[in-house]
Amino acid sequence: MNISFDNNIPIYIQLLDYIKAYIISEQIKSGEKLPSVRELASMFKVNPNTIQKALSELEDIGLIYTERTNGKYVTTDKKLIAKIKNEYALKIANEFLDNMQKIGINNEEALNYLVGKEEK
Amino acid sequence: MELLELKHVYKNYDSTKVLKDINLKVSKGKIIGLLGKNGSGKTTLIKLINDLLTPTKGEILVNGKKVGIESKEVISYLPERTYMNKQMKVSEVINYFEDFYENFDSKKAKKLLKDLGLDINQKLAKMSKGMQEKVQLVLVMSRRADLYILDEPLGGVDPATRDYILDTILNNFNENASVIISTHLISDIERILDEVIFINDGKIVLQSDTDELRNKEKLSIDEIFRRMFKC
Repeated sequence: MNISFDNNIPIYIQLLDYIKAYIISEQIKSGEKLPSVRELASMFKVNPNTIQKALSELEDIGLIYTERTNGKYVTTDKKLIAKIKNEYALKIANEFLDNMQKIGINNEEALNYLVGKEEK
Repeated sequence: MELLELKHVYKNYDSTKVLKDINLKVSKGKIIGLLGKNGSGKTTLIKLINDLLTPTKGEILVNGKKVGIESKEVISYLPERTYMNKQMKVSEVINYFEDFYENFDSKKAKKLLKDLGLDINQKLAKMSKGMQEKVQLVLVMSRRADLYILDEPLGGVDPATRDYILDTILNNFNENASVIISTHLISDIERILDEVIFINDGKIVLQSDTDELRNKEKLSIDEIFRRMFKC
């Protein structure tokens, strides 16, 4: 995996988003086992402690769970995955709208850009 | 018990005060960046921890005991400058390390050297500076130590090799050990650091969790450092 991190943002937050995206896009499926901390650390080329921190946050929101001695798994609660997917999508949409606002484009006009009406 | 603790450590060279009232605690399982400008006291601090210099005042404890013969067994140190005899072949240096350090894992060293594409039958003198640095890092990381201290491990190598060196450090460090890396090449290294220690003019001005610091300042460690120590 080749990911470049933005050094201005805590690495664990970026990892959190990456792993979240993996789960809600079903690249790792509900109920499936996650790679170990060590494996993830060497995949992302970051400190295992940072992986641990990101995983424990994912565990706090219930997206993954630990099976004692057996590793970490993606939740089987599909409703929760759908809810988090929705939140994530809203976040991306809001970022887009905020950026459009910065250059003086209101929400309605921004929508036109999305559906291609503004392309001439 | 802390892996490493420094209590009110001072170091003077004649009348020059190089380190002033250094207090420091390092626990297990961390990768720590010791960051400071040239001449800030990084190498002196490292030499004190390795018992190669004696503090003018203060105490340095490793696993709760004063530094000495015992601490040398559990600290694996990569000095800023190479001390290896360049007329030796890599394989001879490996034998030398094996004789010298009980906790040296020569199998591991040979494997890492092979992974790096280095020929153990080559003489060090025939190798480029970057290759020699790789050999030395492999030797240091192949000891089963509690504390690895790497003084400027990235200095003379290209960015691709830097990445490889960082991977080597990451893959070979374990939960029971800690790694202290001194460098001024902060942006290359900050993604693997748990903690940073900023040293300036012989004093520790900051010790913090890396992500907490980024979160607080909304900046990279490199940028925070640049702003704090602007010339």
